[in-house]
Amino acid sequence: MKTDIMNHESEMLYAGHNACPGCGAALAVRYLTRALGPDLALVLTASCWSIITGMPPLTALKCPILHCPFPSAGSVGSGVRRGLNAKGQYDTTVVVLAGDGGTFDIGLQALSGAAQRNEDYMFVCYDNEAYMNTGMQTSSATPFGARTATAPYPLFKEGQKKDIMQIMAAHSIPYAATATVAFPEDMERKLKKAREIRGFRFIHILSPCPPGWGTESSDTIHLSRQAVATGFFPLYEIINGVSWKMTCQPEGKRLPLKEYLSGQRRFKQMEDVRIEALQEEVDHDWEVLLKRIEASK
Amino acid sequence: MAFELISGSQAAAIAVQRVGVDLVSAYPITPQTAIVETLANFDARGELGGDFVSVESEYAALACAYGAAAAGARAFTATASHGLAYMHEMIHWCSGARVPIVMVNVNRTIGAPWCLDPDQGDSLSQRDTGWMQIYCSGAQEVLDTVMQAFLLSEELLLPCMVVFDGFYISHTYEAVDVPDQKTVRDFIGPPPFEAQVKPGAPANLHGLTTGDNQIELIRGRHEAMKLAPQSFKAINSRFQETFGRSYGAIDPVIPDGAKTVILAAGATAETVRWALPKMQDTGLLQLRMFRPFPREELCSALEEHGVEKVIVIDRNCSTGMGGIFAQELRSALYGMDNQPDVQDIILAGGIDLTIEMLERIVREEKAEGHVEQKWGVDLR
Repeated sequence: MKTDIMNHESEMLYAGHNACPGCGAALAVRYLTRALGPDLALVLTASCWSIITGMPPLTALKCPILHCPFPSAGSVGSGVRRGLNAKGQYDTTVVVLAGDGGTFDIGLQALSGAAQRNEDYMFVCYDNEAYMNTGMQTSSATPFGARTATAPYPLFKEGQKKDIMQIMAAHSIPYAATATVAFPEDMERKLKKAREIRGFRFIHILSPCPPGWGTESSDTIHLSRQAVATGFFPLYEIINGVSWKMTCQPEGKRLPLKEYLSGQRRFKQMEDVRIEALQEEVDHDWEVLLKRIEASK
Repeated sequence: MAFELISGSQAAAIAVQRVGVDLVSAYPITPQTAIVETLANFDARGELGGDFVSVESEYAALACAYGAAAAGARAFTATASHGLAYMHEMIHWCSGARVPIVMVNVNRTIGAPWCLDPDQGDSLSQRDTGWMQIYCSGAQEVLDTVMQAFLLSEELLLPCMVVFDGFYISHTYEAVDVPDQKTVRDFIGPPPFEAQVKPGAPANLHGLTTGDNQIELIRGRHEAMKLAPQSFKAINSRFQETFGRSYGAIDPVIPDGAKTVILAAGATAETVRWALPKMQDTGLLQLRMFRPFPREELCSALEEHGVEKVIVIDRNCSTGMGGIFAQELRSALYGMDNQPDVQDIILAGGIDLTIEMLERIVREEKAEGHVEQKWGVDLR
């Protein structure tokens, strides 16, 4: 696939932002803004990106960013889209950017409302699987078995990661897709496809977090790739809530989940029995996904 | 002039339609529903002239208005009671972001337990959120004030809350002079403020800042709000020329020689106005603007008439302190020469105020002298 990945002309993220080294969210937004810019308006809720973008009047992005309170992102996006329309600015792409907390937890009601109304904007969740900006507290996107600041050893995150994609599919929105930073071409293709669709679009991006996950900053891409290779985070898209399609699955057998988990400190003391339980869950979800994809054909 | 028999809620909705807004975002709550239903009916007939969106919560209603106003659109919402409380975070955010938004709040008691009566504690508990607040005593006032609130809010870049009592005003009908759309639109004009979200223009709007910056921003909006009484006066003198009516931050009705005045905001002010002929030597001080608090206007009105006693009707209570209007008044009068005595009548829970109660209040005050606080239920 031909890509303009090294095309600096279209870069929207300035150097000198405040992200940690190896931050998946910084990479995700770099790809995102480059794919969707330059005529882009970003609504940004409380998350790591509130910090990454820097302190006003400085900014890390070459587009307007409207910050908003934590639970409000979905609704503020609706307002910005409608406000721009009222001003005749129909061509500007409106993107709401939220972390997993602002999407899965505190932002879910506003997200659901906007999705149900089929508001004409794109909601992008960069998912680093916990409240990383406040120091790695558990969110409902945290995977089973992970240790967090609010589930320290010998505790661990109980219950499964919330399946946000099924929730969004249940809203029958025109487009929903998963993406992750190790597959920038796949991400870019989905973002550009989403940009051309009218109505509510949802992109779920897995964004490794070196300090939160307890990994080296150089491991981000490797982990992102392993998440896909193990089937822990499959790359797919859903059209109108019913048509499911795998977009980018590595050849051959899925890797054992243990290989993905063992490189991360948050799973370091995870007992084998729990790793097996999580493996079973991933296997089950994988089979369900394949059936959905098969049924969509 | 075209008089129509309409409710306070209809008056608010008609004002919004006449002004012409880009966006109405709303969520229903008793006793505000008739406002959004009337606006929805305008929309259904193609007469709203803007976007109408039914959102999933009050919080969303204000968040949506925030987004639209940040994009340069004229936005309106309305709520009451628990809805206003649920919006609280967004209420702060909107004033901090300096977006002009007009919101109607129809007073209703906040639970527990559930109660629909028009306690003012909902809007008064948003006192420190950086919104202007104007209280109305009747449907005509509601219609006129909602129109004026857009001008005030857009001039000062501060959101404005127009407040009136549930049921007593929202659901009662009166003859209201309803101006035609063209006259109103010529008077109000298009939104004069600049969009914050400007496509193509990088900006980090309302991102993390330091206390050193924040104090300047807080001072900026404090100074802006202090201009409200003056701006309101200018708006009203223009309004008078076009519509033949005008209002002040306070509207005093103090007969010569009256040494006692009753201070009231909202529907109770109208009750007092009706009762005045029955009560000798007693005046009315209708408090319309609550934020900013019209301290100078109040002090000079009291001084001018040599008022010795202010009886404050508080359809609210700050638990552990008392009626909120009385507290604010005492604070405003502190240090004044010949400071009048203040008596606080608490009608918390939104209980009714009758003319008989008013007569008794004034009679007892004259006989008893200084009594700091009385509860409305004891005065029936």
